[in-house]
Amino acid sequence: MAKNKVADSLTGLVGTFFHLDSLLQAIEQLRQAGYRDLQSFSPVPHHNIDATLEKPPSPVRYFTLAGCLLGAATGLTLTIATSLHYPLITGGKPIVSIPPFLVIVFELTILFGGLLTLGGMLFNSRLPKVNIGPAYNPRFSEDQFGLWVRCEQKDHETVTTLLKSAGAEEIIPAGQGREL
Amino acid sequence: MAQLTYHQVDSDILRAMQAPGWRYYTLLSIDLIVVAWGIFAWRYTVQHGLGVWGLTHPVMWAMDITNFVFWVGIAHSGTLISAILYLFRVRWRASIYRTAEAVTVFALFTAGLFPIIHLGRPWVFHWLLPYSQFGGLWVNFRSPLVWDVFAVMTYMIISVLFFFTGLVPDMAVVRNRTSGWRQKIYAFMAQGWQGTDRQWRHYKAAYVFLAALATPLVISVHSVVSWDFAQSVVAGWHSTIFAPYFVAGAIHSGLAMVITLLIPLRRIYRLDAYITQQHLENLAKLIILTGLIVGYAYAVETYIAWYSNNVPEWQRFTYQVTGEYAIPFWIMILFNSLVPLLFFVKRIRTSTPWLFAIAILINIGMWMERFVIIVTGLAHEYDPYSWGVFIPTWVDISITLGAFAWFFLWFLLFIKFLPVISIVEVKEELPPPTRSQNGEE
Repeated sequence: MAKNKVADSLTGLVGTFFHLDSLLQAIEQLRQAGYRDLQSFSPVPHHNIDATLEKPPSPVRYFTLAGCLLGAATGLTLTIATSLHYPLITGGKPIVSIPPFLVIVFELTILFGGLLTLGGMLFNSRLPKVNIGPAYNPRFSEDQFGLWVRCEQKDHETVTTLLKSAGAEEIIPAGQGREL
Repeated sequence: MAQLTYHQVDSDILRAMQAPGWRYYTLLSIDLIVVAWGIFAWRYTVQHGLGVWGLTHPVMWAMDITNFVFWVGIAHSGTLISAILYLFRVRWRASIYRTAEAVTVFALFTAGLFPIIHLGRPWVFHWLLPYSQFGGLWVNFRSPLVWDVFAVMTYMIISVLFFFTGLVPDMAVVRNRTSGWRQKIYAFMAQGWQGTDRQWRHYKAAYVFLAALATPLVISVHSVVSWDFAQSVVAGWHSTIFAPYFVAGAIHSGLAMVITLLIPLRRIYRLDAYITQQHLENLAKLIILTGLIVGYAYAVETYIAWYSNNVPEWQRFTYQVTGEYAIPFWIMILFNSLVPLLFFVKRIRTSTPWLFAIAILINIGMWMERFVIIVTGLAHEYDPYSWGVFIPTWVDISITLGAFAWFFLWFLLFIKFLPVISIVEVKEELPPPTRSQNGEE
């Protein structure tokens, strides 16, 4: 399966599961056995998968916060600076009229927050991806679960036994890249 | 839905995307003809000027702005169902949110046309955008019309992002089931989605934040639209109740539009297992709520017109109730606040024909509401010398019909090109396959 040097060094096995509890059991057993570089595939998100893999919370929220702050700053700068740049009094109102400007500030806060949230999601989940790794099976988007385990050639037997004992239906070698 | 399996969910939902039959093409053709007629009417406007509309001093805003406000309003229920109900963890939203969100996006595509059409010179629409124009002049940020540009454009961008983000995992399912050039397009939309734990983790986090951002946004948008009117000094417009009144009305009309579209959708594509009577009943209950708020707003408007002891305000009100536009006014009262009260009767809100009929009436009523607010406000301003009556011409009516057809055109294409129900969210509501229920598998 491996096509180049990087992929060669990242050999692994992928097990297919029909049931969610089998997948969770496999993750637990492999982690106990010292295999920590795991990657699950599932048709739906499930909080138990994240909990078993002990993943930290997603950092997307910091992107959202940064986007919102940036949006608010942009809104304030845009409205105040352009009004000062062309100081034409309209309706007897001050040149820098904060209350109406807050509407623009609010809209840009949301806009930039949303854009950076999307950017943060794509960046953190390494999307978009042109090539899909060999460990992926279309049925992982349909009704089956998958677990990719990073292991060297000599460990294949041990990992296969562990995956089998947890209830894996099929196990194939797949040189999945580290970042899927 | 407990008996469904993941595999069956895929098959059932993707069935709607199969090659369409002659009925679909007939409907599409009729729709395209109406769109073409609307485009012709617009072209006629551009050629001859806005004088071909019924606009007459002092009514310089009429059908076109009515359509704008109406379609922005239609968009609101989609965000209510997809974002607000998501934040409140309302489980029944799963199978209807995709359609509602599509309504939002397409309604905004429709609403966005009207400010441009109303310019008369649509080729200079970029003057609305904030950039340094002649001699360093920028747009006037104190003007509600500029707030409107920002609010509606932000709403459109965020809704499109939210819609397509929600689609990504579903696109992976479609990608795996198609081949050839179709697969290439769906693979592009899926962005290489594989459903790994890393992808799901960031996806779910992003989705919550997009929902959390969309919630205050949706409330701000129709508030800003209402301020287009409320910030002026026109009697009947200059009122603090306008923002909540418009937001409630927007959700009211949007829910009615979602029901109008869901009922045929579920019937034609046999999606009864997913869009159940319970879903429609819950939407009907939400309509009772928004209908009561709208009815309350009508009552408050009446009361304040009288209590304020303000002569122009009161004459505008009596004109609205008894003048040239009395019929649209009474249609508005009847269809928006009285007819929806029928949903208090369980027999009516659980009957599909009744639901469909009442939803259509609310759509008509809400369009009339926008028309009544805009036109009667302008027709009887302060100075009796300049009172006038607006009568729509064939161009006004053609552009309005064209806009409806334009909206349905997007919706018809959506049915065939994208899954109308979120596959992933429906699966999430099902119990995951476990060893104990092996027998069922």
